[in-house]
Amino acid sequence: MSAFLTRLIGPRIPDEELRANRARYVTPTVIFMAARILLLVSIFFPYWHMELEAPQYPSGLFLTAYVNNLTEDVKEIDGLNHYIGMRPLGEAASFERAASVYLMIAMVLMVEVAAFVHSKWAVLLAVPVIGFPVGFLVDLYYWMRHFGLNLNPQAPLSSSVKPFVPTVLGEGGIGQFKTYAELGTGYWLAVVSGALIIIGFYFHRRAYRPLTLSATQNPKAAA
Amino acid sequence: MTRKARVHSSRLGVAITAGVVLTILAGDALGQDTTRRRRRDEAAKPIELTPAQVADLTKLANARKLSVDDLIAAAKTYMPSGRHDDYVLFSSGGQSGQIFAIGVPSMRLLRSISVFTPESWQGYGFGGENDPVRERLKINGKPVEWGDTHHPALSETAGDYDGQFLFIGDKANARLGVIDLRDWETKQIVKNPLTVSDHGAAFVTPNTDYVIEGGQYATVLGYGYATPEDYKKSYRGMVTMWKFDRAKGRIDESQSFAIELPPYWQDLADAGKLASDGFFFVNSFNSEMATGGVESGKPPFEAGASQRDTDYLHIVDWKKAEKVFKEGKAKKINGFSVITMDVSAAEGVLYFTPEPKSPHGVDVTPNGQYMVVAGKLDPHVTVYSIDKIKKAIADKKYSGKDDYGIPILDFDAVKEAQVELGLGPLHTQFDDKGYAYTSLFLDSAVARWTLGGEYDSKNADEPWKLVQKTPVQYNIGHLCAAEGDTVSPDGNYLISMSKWSVDRFLTTGPLLPQNFQLLDIVQPGTTMPVIYDAPIGVGEPHYCQMIKADKLKSWDVYPEIGWNPHTQSLDPNSPKKGQEGVVRNGNKVTVNMTAIRSHFTPEHVMLEEGDHVTWRIVAMEQTKDATHGFCIGGYNVNLSIEPGEYTEFEFVADKPGTYPFYCTEFCSALHLEMMGYLHIKPKNAPKADASATTPATTASAK
Repeated sequence: MSAFLTRLIGPRIPDEELRANRARYVTPTVIFMAARILLLVSIFFPYWHMELEAPQYPSGLFLTAYVNNLTEDVKEIDGLNHYIGMRPLGEAASFERAASVYLMIAMVLMVEVAAFVHSKWAVLLAVPVIGFPVGFLVDLYYWMRHFGLNLNPQAPLSSSVKPFVPTVLGEGGIGQFKTYAELGTGYWLAVVSGALIIIGFYFHRRAYRPLTLSATQNPKAAA
Repeated sequence: MTRKARVHSSRLGVAITAGVVLTILAGDALGQDTTRRRRRDEAAKPIELTPAQVADLTKLANARKLSVDDLIAAAKTYMPSGRHDDYVLFSSGGQSGQIFAIGVPSMRLLRSISVFTPESWQGYGFGGENDPVRERLKINGKPVEWGDTHHPALSETAGDYDGQFLFIGDKANARLGVIDLRDWETKQIVKNPLTVSDHGAAFVTPNTDYVIEGGQYATVLGYGYATPEDYKKSYRGMVTMWKFDRAKGRIDESQSFAIELPPYWQDLADAGKLASDGFFFVNSFNSEMATGGVESGKPPFEAGASQRDTDYLHIVDWKKAEKVFKEGKAKKINGFSVITMDVSAAEGVLYFTPEPKSPHGVDVTPNGQYMVVAGKLDPHVTVYSIDKIKKAIADKKYSGKDDYGIPILDFDAVKEAQVELGLGPLHTQFDDKGYAYTSLFLDSAVARWTLGGEYDSKNADEPWKLVQKTPVQYNIGHLCAAEGDTVSPDGNYLISMSKWSVDRFLTTGPLLPQNFQLLDIVQPGTTMPVIYDAPIGVGEPHYCQMIKADKLKSWDVYPEIGWNPHTQSLDPNSPKKGQEGVVRNGNKVTVNMTAIRSHFTPEHVMLEEGDHVTWRIVAMEQTKDATHGFCIGGYNVNLSIEPGEYTEFEFVADKPGTYPFYCTEFCSALHLEMMGYLHIKPKNAPKADASATTPATTASAK
C-alpha cells in the first residue's frame, strides 16, 4: 500500500487491540450508521410546512414539502397564485426535487465509506450530510424569493400585490392570507443525522487518533 | 480514562443518540398537531350570567315583548354562526316538484333538490335542447315539467335510515324520483305505466329492496278508457313494488311489479318491519265505489265516498307477491308486470280488514308489532296487531269476501286497541319512550298518546291513552319526529307541517306560506311546546323525514375532475387541460371547454349558423364551494358546474349573432371577468377576409 493511501485511510486496527477494546471502535461505526438510517428515513417525512389562513378558507390551506415532492393544496394555491402572477409551484426547484433522492443516497454511501476511513480525512466525506439541512433552507429561500420577486406584471392583481419575498419560516402574509411556515419532521431528522455525525467524529477521533500517533512514532509497526 | 470508563462512555454515546432521535420524532409529531390546530374552535365554556347581564337580557326581552318561554325556545333553536344542525329534514316540496333540506333545530333552509321541476340554479333541465332531464320528464311524449311531491323516503338498512338515497313520489303523474345523497342530485325518474296519478309513494321496505308506490284514483290500468258506468268492471287500483338496485343506485324497472287492487281509492302505505317484516299496509277510502257526478244531481264524491262506516285496510304479503312474480304468474299490462286479483286471492298475497271510514295514515310502530290507522273522520286511531293478523290469516278468520274475492279478516280478531284522540287524526310518528304522536287536522293539534304491549313498561303512563295535546297553527297535515318512522326513533324533535299559517307571518298577498313548526318532545310530561315557526314559501309540502346529520356522507366536491353525475363516474369525454377548443366535423361541432377561477378556455367560440353543437364543459376545481355557472343568453342554457363536475349540452346555433356567455355563480373576485363570446356567423355573411378589408361595403350592401 502506498504511503499516501495509508495516510489517507488511516491505520488499521490490530486484531488483539480490537478484541480488547471492541466498543471503542464500534461506537463511531454505530453512530454513523444511525446517522445514515435517519437521513434515509427523512426522505419519507416532510421537510417543511406552510399553512395559509384566510377568511374564506376556514380550515386553512396547506403546503407540505418533502425532499422530492410538494403536496397537499398545491392546486388551489397555484390557482390563487395565478391572480398575482406567480408561476405554478411545480415549476420551482424541479432539478432539486428530481435529484434529491439520488443525492441523498450518494451522501449516505459517502458516510458509509467514512466509517472505514480511520484518518481525519473521513470528515470530508461527511461534510455534505452535515451541510445538507442548511443547503435545503438556502435552496428553499432562493426559490421562494425567485418566485415572489418575478410576478407576471400582466396578472389581474398586479396592481395590488407587488413582488415580495415570501416568508420561509415563521409568520408572514400576502393579500388576505396569513402564512405560517415551519420545518417538518424530515428536516429535523436530517439535522439530527448531521449532529450524530459530529458526535460520531468525536468517538472516531478518540478511537483512531492514538493508533495514528503510535503509527507515526513507530512506522514499522504501521507498515 | 480507564478501559471500563471508556466502554461506559461509548455506551452512553449510543444511548444519547437514540434518546435524541426519539425525542425529536415525538416532539415533532406533537408539533405538527398544534400546527393543524392553530384554528379557532375553542370548546364552548359553560356560561354564567352576571346580574348585570340578566338585567340586560330582561330589558331586551321586555322591549321585544318576549316571555320567558320565548327566551327558552330561542335558546333551544338558535344556531350561532358556523354551528351545524343536529338533524336534516328532507321535506317534500309539494307542487314545486322539489325537495327541501332543512336543518333542525334551527329550521334554516339548507338547499332545494329539483326532482320533477326544472330549476335553473341547479342547472336542472337548462342544458339547451334535448336536455336529458327534460327528456326523462316527458310522459307519453309530452313534457310534464312539474310534480306534486308528497312523500320522501330515505333508504333504510335493517329498518333504520342509512343516509344513502332518497326517493319521492309525484302524486300528479305517478312518478318516482331517485336521489343520490352523495351529491344530492336526482339520478332517475320512473313513470308508472299503469296509472295516471298515485298517492302512496314513496315508502321503502326495511332494507330498501323495494320502494312502494301505492295508487289513489282508480283508472283503467295502463292508460285505458272506460265510462263511469263501467267503474266497477273496468276501473282498478294498484300498488307497485319498485325493485331498487342499491349497487347501481337505480330502480330496476324490469324486476318491478304491481299488484292489482279493487277500485277503492288506495291511500297511504307503510312497510312492515321486524315483527311485521314481509308485509306492507295500505289504506283505502271510497270502498263505496262512488262515481260522483254532482253536475247531474248525483252525490258529489265527498259525500258518496263517505257513506259506509268502514273502508278496507289492505294487508299485502309482499314476500309472497315477490315469489308469485318470480314464478311468472304476473300478467303484462302496458308492458308492466301485474299480479291480478284472482292470483292474489288464490296465493294469499292480499287481505283486507275493516278500518274506520276514509282514514288517512297507516303507520307501523318501531317494533313492527302494531299498525296505527288514523281515523280522519273518526276521532280514534285504530291499532292492529301483526300477531293477530298472522293468526287470523292462518285460521282463515274471515268475516267475508269483497266483491272481487279478496278475503276480509274479522275486525275484532285483528284489532288491538282504539284510542280516542280528537278530531281529524291523520298521521302518526313515534319516539323512544313508548309514545306515539298523531296529527289532528280539525283540532289543529298534536296528540301524544301511549302505546301498549312491550312499550307499556317504557313510561309511567297507562297504555293506549291520550296524555297530552299541543295546539299548532294551523291545520296540521303530516308530522315528523326525529327518525320517528324507523325501528329506532330518537324522541328528539317533532315537526308539525301546518297547512295554513293565517296570522303567523306577515301577509304575503293572498297566497300564504305553509308553517313548519318545531315542537320540543324530549321531556315526557311537558306541554310539548312549539319552539319555532318556519315559513315555507315554495310549494305545499306534505311529508318529511328527519335524519341524524352525521348519517349523511355527502361529498364536498366530486371525487375526480371530469366526473359525470349522471353516471357517477369519470367521463371519458371530459376535456383535459391543454386540449380545449372547437372540433368541427361538417356542421357538427364539439366545443371542449374547461372552467377554473376565473376564466373559461376557450373564451371565443366561433360557430356558423345552423351548426349542431355539442358543448362539453368541466370544472377544473377541487375546492369546496368553488362552483361555477355557465349561461348563454337566448339559448335557454344555464349550468351549475360544481367542483370536478363534467357536463355537456346540445343545441342548434340557429340564431346568428354575438353572444356573451358568463359564469352565473359568484366564484371569485374576477367573477365578472369570467366570460367569453360565442360568435355565430350568419350563413349569408361575406367571407372573413372580405369583411375584414371592406367593412363599409358589407354595411352598405344590406
